Order: sequence, then C-alpha cells, then structure tokens
Amino acid sequence: MTSINLVENALLVSIQDDVTDTEIVELQDTLSNRIAKENVKGVILDISSLEIVDTFVGRVIAQLAGISKLLAAETYVVGMRPAVAVTLVELGMYLPETRTALSLTHALTQLRRA
Amino acid sequence: MPQTATANILTILETDFSGVVEEWLGTQVKEGVKRSDLFSDSESRAQNQELLKAFTKGIRAGVVNEEFSLDDDEWEDLRAVLADVSKERVGRGVTPTEMATFVLALKAPLFKRLEAMTDVESGKLISDVLMVTRLVDAFAIYTNEIFIGERDQIIERQRQEMLELSTPVVELWDRVLTLPLIGTLDSARAQEVMENLLQTILERQAEVVIMDITGVGTVDTQVAQHLLRAAAAVRLMGAECIISGISPMIAQTMVQLGIDVGTVSTRSSIRTALADALQKVGYVIKTSEVS
Repeated sequence: MTSINLVENALLVSIQDDVTDTEIVELQDTLSNRIAKENVKGVILDISSLEIVDTFVGRVIAQLAGISKLLAAETYVVGMRPAVAVTLVELGMYLPETRTALSLTHALTQLRRA
Repeated sequence: MPQTATANILTILETDFSGVVEEWLGTQVKEGVKRSDLFSDSESRAQNQELLKAFTKGIRAGVVNEEFSLDDDEWEDLRAVLADVSKERVGRGVTPTEMATFVLALKAPLFKRLEAMTDVESGKLISDVLMVTRLVDAFAIYTNEIFIGERDQIIERQRQEMLELSTPVVELWDRVLTLPLIGTLDSARAQEVMENLLQTILERQAEVVIMDITGVGTVDTQVAQHLLRAAAAVRLMGAECIISGISPMIAQTMVQLGIDVGTVSTRSSIRTALADALQKVGYVIKTSEVS
C-alpha cells in the first residue's frame, strides 16, 4: 500500500512495487489535497521499492512532481534503483523537470538548506 | 588368433603397452610435434601413457560389432584425460596442427604391430588398418574440438576481463566517483559502464561522478549519446555528473555535430572537475601556507 507521511515539514510518499494504476491515480488526488491543506514545504517521492517501471509509471512520477511543484512544494524523487534509471533513460524519459536525490536523508538535507 | 580387428588392436595394446607408448613418442619426435620446449620428457610420457590407457579402456568397452561413438559413456575416461591434456597444452601455446598430429602419430606404432601379427596374404590387414584409422581419427577430431572449445573459453574470459578492466569506477573521495574512460565507447561497453557506475553510486552513496573522457579518441554522435544517457541515468538516481577531459578538438567536433549536452556540466580537465566536485560535496582545496 502506498503511504503518505509527514516528515519535517515535507510529505514522504512511498510508492510500493505492487501499486496499481487506479491507486496511482487516487494518489495524485490525495497528495495534491494534502499539499494544499497542510501547506508543506516539500514532497519526497520514495521509489526505492519500485523494481519495474514502464512509461505509465514514468509519466505518473513526472506528473506527481509537476503537481507538487505547481502547489509550491519542492519535489524530490529519491531512491531510484540503477535498473530503473537505465530503463527510464532507454524509454527516453529523462524527467528533466524532476529533482532527484540519492536517499531520503539527502533530500531532507537539501530541503532544510532551501 | 583373434577374429576381429578390434580384438587385434586390443591384443597389441594389452601385450605391448609400453612399446606402443615409446614408439608413439618416437613418431611425435620424428614428425616434429613433440614440443620439448614446452613439456618435459617425463611429463609428455606420463600424458601419453594416460591417454593410451584411457584409449584402450574405451576400445575394450566402447566398441561393439566394430561400431563406436566417442560420445558413449565407455569413452568417458578418454574424454576426461583429453580435456585435461588439451587444457594444459592450449595454456602453453601448442598449435592445433601440433595437437592433431600428436594424436595421429599413434597410427604408426599400431599399424606396424598389426602388420607384424597379421597374415598379410589373408587380406585382413586392410580391415584392421581401417579400424585403427577410424578409432584414431575420431580421437583426433575430438581432440581438436576440445582444443577449439578451450580456446574459445580463453578468448571469452579475456574479453570479459578486458571489459571489466576498461570500466573501472574509482572512489576519489567521500561521495566522489570517477570513471576514466579509455578507447572506444561502443554500445556494449556503454551498457557495461552504465550498469557498473550506477551500482557503485548506490553502494557508495556517491553524490558526484566525474566521467573522464581524456582517453577516448573520438567523440561522434553515438559516443556522445551514450555519455549523455549515462549522465541522465546518474541524475535520475540523484547524483550529479561532470564530464571532464573534453579537448579543444572534441569540443569543436561536438559543436559541429550539433550535440547538446543540456544541463550536464563539462570541464576541460579532470583537475578542474575534481575541484568542482569536492566543492559540491562540501570540501575546498587550499594550499597550505608554509611558514
């Protein structure tokens, strides 16, 4: 199950490997509402448990990042696995608008600095 | 007197084993395939004895009604000994011709003994000789197969080693990796490089990677494509990529080819790239003031 937790003024979204397409669409909804309501400074998308990505998941990640950005929350995608990174690049999805960090710690450090 | 050719051959091998070995060695010397520079006398004698023993065993059990196949279980011993000997010989640089002639040299002593024991008039000699030839030829062909297989393995291993050697990822400092690229960057290598690099980033939690292309001879659109894809993958993982070692020549070529590096930082030398990388992770290079 995908969960959203508040960590240091940022929403931590952990996307699980077994996430379904409907869940991910629901997630967009829940997340955007919570960002607006809780007035957080940042959003961290943890995709470290994702082992398989396709263009759909890639697009959803980009969309989630785009939504958060519009709602004035700095968004980081963290914990991407090497195989996933290679796949996304091979699919031509470079996610140029998305900020990335190695881990949750790195993302939090950068958020604190901002 | 034994009836079949196989029985005749067996008799020879069983009664005059050491004689055959000695003459086999002698024929090898005569035909110039005994590499005394690569093997000591006792070593090649031991090898020959072992091979002949396995050969005899194979003939005893594996030839039924003058038919045989070296793939049968009865020949397992010979295959095993042969595999060992071939491996040894390939490693020391024996040529395929020498290897085949080495086995074929076994014919001479066997023919000579058959001739001595058979009544030439009866015309049976030809069928005996034919049997020996078939056996020894199969032996030789199998030897060649092993030999080539062994060589292929050596080549494959070397290829793998070269691939690994040519893509080292070095940790220069805490959280700073470097990847010195040398030679040509084709698709296979680019793939290997990328996987290697991303895995190391994960393991070392590196934040900056310097891809140094000082040793890359030419940068064409394909090479540039590979480099930029690697840089994009590095960025997706959450690290940053600096491409260093871009010579004036390469810079000109890249612009002429219309290659856009986008947001990837580029530096002319690994020296400036290192200073930059250290700064990014929070270190500064300072000359100490000697008082």
